[in-house]
Amino acid sequence: MEKDHIIGLAAPRKEGRDKVTGKARYIDDVTLPDMLYGATVRSRIPRGRIKKITFGPGIPWDEFAVVSAKDVPGKNYIALIENDQPCLVDEIVNHPAEPILLLAHPEKHLLPKAVEAVHIEYEPLPAVFTIADSERRTDIIWGKDNTFKTYLIQKGDVDAIWEKAAFIVEGEYYTGAQEQLYIETNGMIAQFDSNQGITVWGSLQCPYYVHKALMALCGLSEDKVRVVQAETGGAFGGKEEYPSMIAAHAALLAMKSGRPVKIVYDRAEDMVATTKRHPSRTRHRTAVSKDGKILGGEIEFTIDGGAYVTLSPVVLSRGTIHAGGPYYWPNVRVRAKAVATNAPPHGAFRGFGAPQCLFAIERHMDRIAEVVKLSPTEIRRRNFLKPGETTITEQIVREEIDLGKLLDRALTLADYDSKRQRFAKQNESGNCRKGIGIAAFLHGAGFTGSGERYLSSVVGVEGRADGGVRVLVSSTEIGQGTNTILCQIAAEALGLPYGDVEIARPDTTEVPNSGPTVASRTAMVVGKLVQSGALGLKQTLAGCGMLGGRYSPEEFRAACRKYVSTRGQLRSFAKYEQPADIFWDDQNYRGEAYAAFAWAVYVAEVAVDLATYGVSVDDFVALQEVGRVLNPVLAKGQIAGGVAQGIGFALYEKVEWRDGRMQNGQMTNYIMPTSADLPPVRIFFEEMGNTHGAYGAKGIGELPMDGPAPAVANAVVDALGIPFDSIPLLPEDIFEAVSAAAAQKSTVPSAGRER
Amino acid sequence: MTPKEREFSLVVNGELKTVRAHPMERLLDVLREHLGLTGTKEGCGEGECGACAVLIDGALVDSCLIPILQAQGSNVVTIEKLAGEPRLYALQEAFLECGGAQCGICTPGMILAAQYLLNRKPRPTMEDIREGLSGNLCRCTGYTQIIEAVAEAARRGAST
Repeated sequence: MEKDHIIGLAAPRKEGRDKVTGKARYIDDVTLPDMLYGATVRSRIPRGRIKKITFGPGIPWDEFAVVSAKDVPGKNYIALIENDQPCLVDEIVNHPAEPILLLAHPEKHLLPKAVEAVHIEYEPLPAVFTIADSERRTDIIWGKDNTFKTYLIQKGDVDAIWEKAAFIVEGEYYTGAQEQLYIETNGMIAQFDSNQGITVWGSLQCPYYVHKALMALCGLSEDKVRVVQAETGGAFGGKEEYPSMIAAHAALLAMKSGRPVKIVYDRAEDMVATTKRHPSRTRHRTAVSKDGKILGGEIEFTIDGGAYVTLSPVVLSRGTIHAGGPYYWPNVRVRAKAVATNAPPHGAFRGFGAPQCLFAIERHMDRIAEVVKLSPTEIRRRNFLKPGETTITEQIVREEIDLGKLLDRALTLADYDSKRQRFAKQNESGNCRKGIGIAAFLHGAGFTGSGERYLSSVVGVEGRADGGVRVLVSSTEIGQGTNTILCQIAAEALGLPYGDVEIARPDTTEVPNSGPTVASRTAMVVGKLVQSGALGLKQTLAGCGMLGGRYSPEEFRAACRKYVSTRGQLRSFAKYEQPADIFWDDQNYRGEAYAAFAWAVYVAEVAVDLATYGVSVDDFVALQEVGRVLNPVLAKGQIAGGVAQGIGFALYEKVEWRDGRMQNGQMTNYIMPTSADLPPVRIFFEEMGNTHGAYGAKGIGELPMDGPAPAVANAVVDALGIPFDSIPLLPEDIFEAVSAAAAQKSTVPSAGRER
Repeated sequence: MTPKEREFSLVVNGELKTVRAHPMERLLDVLREHLGLTGTKEGCGEGECGACAVLIDGALVDSCLIPILQAQGSNVVTIEKLAGEPRLYALQEAFLECGGAQCGICTPGMILAAQYLLNRKPRPTMEDIREGLSGNLCRCTGYTQIIEAVAEAARRGAST
């Protein structure tokens, strides 16, 4: 057997060569013969009843394929959790970018004019736009009470602790919507054939989500729906659910017209109509002892789900479980709620509820520190979870994580103490205020609780006629490195060179359902299955005497060739089995929420310019424990990219809403960080290993999204001495707060009180 | 050919090309749809993201903002020119090794922006690189590894 290891090395990105040469084929690079272009006519009011649709003059309507809700052959909904979101509105509009009609024509340039020429008359209905309005229930826009989902976590006896508290610290924290802003907009091509059924190719994260949605929509059986992922130019959660909608639209137009149909959104449509990160409000009320120990607390976590349920219950779930941060709470009550508003549904975005609630707890820890008169580092140190203690869901920390040590290392790397002293002195004069802030956090890898058991993912590893090996998974490459790490894992398990292993393009006729590419589960959960599948392949060859215990790569290739030529297809499948020690109680939200957590401490250094009120991040240290690092270049890339998005979440990215509609749906006025805006992110890993993941890997993709926003906000608070509890913090937000503080001419009253 | 269309000639990646197009058709669409050069990408259609960047007569330009009328008679270089070489250019090698490409959609424009920078400044400082790439948005990398790749390519003499 080959002695060289490939795990832990910077194996080159499998599809990297195609990407750096411009040869990679994204969906908009594909053109089929006789193809039409499709467009979507959307609502322009937040809520109302459609009274009349007219097709205006000046458009050759007879040349167009036109599809309405009446043309849906199966169920008119996008199958996901509650099936409440229509594919096309039949009667009632519930948000201001809702699909009503579909148009297709061979001439792409005619479509915008045709969309404009469709006039829709409505009878308006009352609409709600904020969490507070939705909670008021003056107008019921969804179900009986505008509530999509609630969760309750109860640990210990919260009601008994307030009497024992030396301090009670309260805070209310807000995070805004955030656009995923993948640089490739959403797109799909569909083709229909009455014998073969429907085929779609597109930019997407989860082929089997689209497959499920199309089966229900088209009323077709499993084998008559084929979904193929094209090269995908970024996703970040933004291509988890909405691609089902676009695939459905392209499929309906293809069925109606009998020709292939391509729908590619322009940037404005993508930003205005598709999902974003859920806006959130978190309220904390915390009982703290004289020496700064958390005795217990109440946490209320609420997210704005938009007009339909979509993924909100799952986003809410992750947020609920992460709401306590990496701290020990002897007593806690978490009430969580997802509410309806008349905005496009909010959805998956890297972190999936955790960045929102972790922003709140990490700002709140600084507030507790201030009230108790301890440093931000000391308050965390005194409350960190330790091995043997339990999380808020009463999951026992079994890993030997030492968060105090992690914090110490991060502080040393950031030169925290001396900078803090230096900045305090510097800030006495001049036109610039410097600050430094920290965030400590955790992120659970894989689906929550029993989720992985329900998914029951399957992967295949194939020995091919040419002797090569191919990994068969529905897990998608969206830039994060799926292709590369899964090939590394298979190569390592088989003792083969990395170049001998390939990965199949996700195509539902070719690959088994290895679950969606979400929840930081690919390296840990799918990777482990690839490892098992590869070992199964080896055993199959050994079992029939074609492969010895020790073999060279050439002997392995020869064995594969021999097997395929004499016995036919050589495929080994592995299916997820829940580890015996994982117990989760869905009713009471108690138990082993995640098979593993990744842990991190981030430190941000900022400068606030008192002339422009702009904040620049001057240094950033990201230290994390993510289990074994499978590929250092890809792992660093995940962290650096997540930190950039997190800094954007804190300082740049603000969705301007009017009546449920995004007003700044352009890259010109929705600002994401450029290379000139970001510091060199300094990235460090601790590698403790993990028994559940392939070669000790844990999840990594979402973790770096969680910490930057609170670290940056804490640094801005440190710089200005004004509490900022809402993000994003654009210059105008900082200007207003500074002006208000100056007007008060006194110190801002503390949110905590001493008893 | 509708009455409004006209013939335009331009040199693309060293070859003389003649296309029939509406004068206001975007160079981006002419490259992608008339000439089949799909390596140039559309990210925003308004000159913010740089995914459609090409070199026109040696200058870095967003091809979504250029009507073909304006490109008449010019010399255009796209990512395919670099891909046509037998071995990868130093920049492309460096992007591969340093992790400069993740999802890859910004990569062609980013590499052209980097090439343009190195043509003018063969030995750029880190600040030059940050500034030089700031017209090209990348949502995956946080730019760190792209900047490393450009610095590495400069060390290897990418501009020559």
